[in-house]
Amino acid sequence: MQLIVFVVASAMMLVGAVGVVTRRNPVHAALSLVLTLFGVAVHFVSLEAYFLAAVQVIVYAGAIVVLFLFVIMLLGVDKAEDLRTEPLVAQRWLAGVAALGMLGLLVVAAARGADVLRTRSEGLDTALEGAFGDANIQQLARSAFGDYVVAFELTSVLLVVAVVGTVMLARKRTAAAEA
Amino acid sequence: MPAPTTLSYLVVAALLFAIGAFGVMARRNPLIMFMCIELMLNAVNLSFVALARELTDIGGQSIVFFVLVVAAAEVVVGLGIIVSVMRNRSSLTADDLAELKG
Repeated sequence: MQLIVFVVASAMMLVGAVGVVTRRNPVHAALSLVLTLFGVAVHFVSLEAYFLAAVQVIVYAGAIVVLFLFVIMLLGVDKAEDLRTEPLVAQRWLAGVAALGMLGLLVVAAARGADVLRTRSEGLDTALEGAFGDANIQQLARSAFGDYVVAFELTSVLLVVAVVGTVMLARKRTAAAEA
Repeated sequence: MPAPTTLSYLVVAALLFAIGAFGVMARRNPLIMFMCIELMLNAVNLSFVALARELTDIGGQSIVFFVLVVAAAEVVVGLGIIVSVMRNRSSLTADDLAELKG
């Protein structure tokens, strides 16, 4: 059962990712991104990270993709672009080679680290066993608001800076504001 | 039927990351490049959560929480820059950002 969920969610995720890269119309790419994000959310559920799965759907699929769609409509670029002409010489070939190399490196590193991972997880005490399952949200809150509270406060500063900066960037300058 | 191992999650995350990296390098529409960056961030999040369960350490899930916040801030600022640069243009390519040099 878990294996079926894994295969289906991975297929959703990878099909969506390929769609983002290959669709010519930015609106279709944004909708493919939603498919990928839902696939990742399903993976989170099967990894017992229930809170993060909910946040993934609300923040990513609900807020970020809507923001993308807003900007696509605002700029009026919701028409297909021609992907047949290659902008730079051999750009796609080089990108493909680099991406395949990166994939190979990551897979080899993960496979070689698998043994280390197994011995490391055997050595750990299982006091945190209850962190997964129903107590997930409590444990996550204790970690985020306890151990990492400084990082949490810094992210709130970051969000304020981002909002103020974006308002400054995106507003239209009027003659009255300049004077 | 065997349950999927942590290694299989890591391999799927690596695939997602490679697709996103290819998109950033090959596409020229800045909006699509942003979406591909989101793909790469999601791949990293997936591997964090898989390792958090493997090592029974909730810290891996906390950091995904922070990555989500930073990703949201990054998208807001990036789209603000794109809107202010591209407002009066018909086409949209990354080469137009050369005028950021000032």
